[in-house]
Amino acid sequence: MNSILNPVESFLRTDRMPHIWCPGCGIGTTVNSFARALIESKIDLQSLALVSGIGCTGRVAGYVKLDSFHTTHGRGIPFATGLKLANPKLNVVVYSGDGDLSAIGGNHLIHAARRNIDLKVICVNNLIYAMTGGQTAPTTPDHAITSTSPYGAFEPAFNLPHLVEAAGAVYVARWTTFHVRQLARAISEAFQKKGFSFIEVISPCPTLYQRRNRLGDGLDTMKYYKEKSKIRHGAPTSEVGLTMTGEIVVGKFVDRDRPDYSALMHAQLEASLGDRYVDCDGACDGSACSEETVCS
Amino acid sequence: MKADPRGVLTGTHFLDGDHACCEGALAAGARFAAGYPITPSTEVVERFAARVPTVGGCFIQMEDELAASITLQGAVWGGAKAFTVTSGPGFSLMMEHIGYAAMTETPCVFVDVQRGGPSTGLPTLPAQADMMQARWGSHGDYEIIALCPNSPQECFDLTVRAFNFAEEFRVPVMLMMDEVVGHMTEKVVIPPADKIEVVPRKRTQKSTDQYLPYATNGDMVPEIAHAGDGYKFHVTGLTHDERGYPNMTPQTQDKLVRRLQNKILTAVDRISLYEEEGTDNADVIVVSYGITSRVAQRAIDLARAQGLRVGKFRLITAWPFPEEHIRNLAAHTKAFVVPELNLGQMVHEVERAAGGKARTISVSHAGGSVHRPEDILKAIVEACR
Repeated sequence: MNSILNPVESFLRTDRMPHIWCPGCGIGTTVNSFARALIESKIDLQSLALVSGIGCTGRVAGYVKLDSFHTTHGRGIPFATGLKLANPKLNVVVYSGDGDLSAIGGNHLIHAARRNIDLKVICVNNLIYAMTGGQTAPTTPDHAITSTSPYGAFEPAFNLPHLVEAAGAVYVARWTTFHVRQLARAISEAFQKKGFSFIEVISPCPTLYQRRNRLGDGLDTMKYYKEKSKIRHGAPTSEVGLTMTGEIVVGKFVDRDRPDYSALMHAQLEASLGDRYVDCDGACDGSACSEETVCS
Repeated sequence: MKADPRGVLTGTHFLDGDHACCEGALAAGARFAAGYPITPSTEVVERFAARVPTVGGCFIQMEDELAASITLQGAVWGGAKAFTVTSGPGFSLMMEHIGYAAMTETPCVFVDVQRGGPSTGLPTLPAQADMMQARWGSHGDYEIIALCPNSPQECFDLTVRAFNFAEEFRVPVMLMMDEVVGHMTEKVVIPPADKIEVVPRKRTQKSTDQYLPYATNGDMVPEIAHAGDGYKFHVTGLTHDERGYPNMTPQTQDKLVRRLQNKILTAVDRISLYEEEGTDNADVIVVSYGITSRVAQRAIDLARAQGLRVGKFRLITAWPFPEEHIRNLAAHTKAFVVPELNLGQMVHEVERAAGGKARTISVSHAGGSVHRPEDILKAIVEACR
C-alpha cells in the first residue's frame, strides 16, 4: 500500500470520489484550503458540522468527512442556526455558493449577520448559477454574458462584503482560489471568532462563465487572479465591488467584536428572569439529547 | 419514557387551544421552536417564548416561514425536539421543508391553525381548507401524519401524540387546528408528568464503523444520530442510499420512496385515532373532524330526536386516511354525510373509500364561520329518505 497520504485526504469521503466538479473549477481548491485550515486550527472534528445549500458548492457537504447536511436551496443558514442553537457546543460552518446564499437565501444571510449568530460562512462566488447551466446571479458583473443575459448583464450586482458588513458580520474577508494559503488562514481566523463570519472566495467556472465570456480556461483565470488581485486589508467594503476584468480587492476587510446571539439572549433572559431562567445551554429535555447536552 | 416534569404544567386550567398546544409541546419534550408571526396561530409561540426560558430551551423568531420550517430541522439534528406553528399563507411557504423532513426522515411537528383562504383570505376566521395541502402540498411522493383536535383539551393531548408519532416514525406530523379551536377557551386538564408517555428519539447505539444512517435492518424506520455524536454522517434531500449518500438511480429512488410511504401505510391501524358511536345499524353516518365535529354532534342529536338512525365517525387522524375502516362502514350504511369547512376535501377520501357501496354527501362551507347545525341536519334527513 502507498504510505504517502495527502494530508487533506482524511477529511474527505474518498468513497464518493470522483467528485462532480468540472476541470478548472475552483470549488475543490477551496475545500483543500478548508481542510488545511482544520489541520492548522486543530479544531475538534467531532464537534464540527458543515451545512450546504444547493448548487455546485452545495455539494461540498457530500464530500467532507464530517457531520454534514445538504439542505434546500438558500436555506443552509437557517438550518445551521437551528443546529447551533440546539447544540451550542458545535462549530457550524455554512459552505455554499453566491446564488444560494445571496439570492434565494439573501434574506437569511442578512438576518443571520444582524443577529450575529455564531456561524462561519464560506461563500464560493463564481459569479453565476453554475449547477443549472450558467444563469445570471446577483453577483454577475456588468456586461457579462450568461445563459439568461445573452446580450450582457445589466442588473447592478451585490458587493457581498459590503452587504454583510452593513448587516452586522464580525469578520469579513475575500480571497480568490489563487490565494490558497491566505484563504486557509482566513478560515482558521474565522474559527477563532465568536459570531457571524463571512469569507468570500472568488472562484472560476471555466465551463460556463469564463468560456462564455472568452476569459480563457482555469489557468488563464489563475493568471488573472494573480495579476489583478490587490491585497488591501481593512479596505472600506464600499470600495471592493467587482467588475468583469478589473481589479479584485482581496484581504481581511472586517474584524470586530460584538456579542453574538447566544450571549445577548442569555444576558437579556438572565436580567429579566433572574433565578427563573433555566440556561441549559441548548434545547433538550433528555428524551432526544445526548448525555453531554442534557440540562442539569 | 415519562415526560420531563419541568415541562409539564400539571393541573386544571382554563386555556385556549393555541396555549394548550404550546403546553402539549412542552409536555412532549419540545425545547425548541422557530416561528414567524401569523394569525390565528401566533399565541402558540408567544406562550412558548414566555415559557421555554423557564424550562430550559430556546425560541427564535425567524425572518420568514421558509426559515422557521428549516431552522427547526437544524435544531432536531442538533438534538432537540422542535416544532413550528403557522396558518395558511405560512403553511404554503413551508411546503418545501415538509418534503425535506419527509425525505431526510427528520422527526418534527408543524402546527397549522387553519383560516379561510386562498391567499390572505380570512386571517381571523376559521376554515378547514388546508387538509389536502397537508397531505399533498410538497412535491413528490411521501406520507405524513395529520391530527385534528376539536377542543383545547385535544390541542394539548394531540400535540403530545404528534411529537410521539414524529419520533416513532421519523416523519413530519401536522397538527391541523382551526381558528375556532385555537381561540376557544375551555377546561384543559394537564396530567402529572408520570402519566404522560413520551416517545424518546430512536438514537443509534451502533459503533461508528457499523452505523449506516438510512439502513433499516428489517424495521422500516432507521436509527438516528445527532451532529456531534461522532458518526460523521451525511444528510441530503437528494435521493440517497443506506449510507445517506446521493444515488440517482431509479432503483434507489424506488426503494427509498416506497419505504417512506410504507413505513406509514403499514401502520395505519396504529396511527388511526377516531371516535365512533352508533354506527351499527345506522342509515346515515356523519363523518367529520375538528371544530365541525362539534356542530355535527348537534345535528346528530336533532336527527336522533326525530327518530333517525344516525351514526358518528370523527376523524382524529386525518392522514393516513382510515380507508379500510370507512370501506367496512360503507357496507352497512346507506350514506355518509361529510360536513367540513371547505368546498369538499376529505369528502373525496370518504367517497373513494366507500367505493360506491354507500352514497357520499358533502355539506360544504367556504369558511368564515362554523356550519349551522340545521344545514347538516337537512343533509342527514335527505340522506335517510
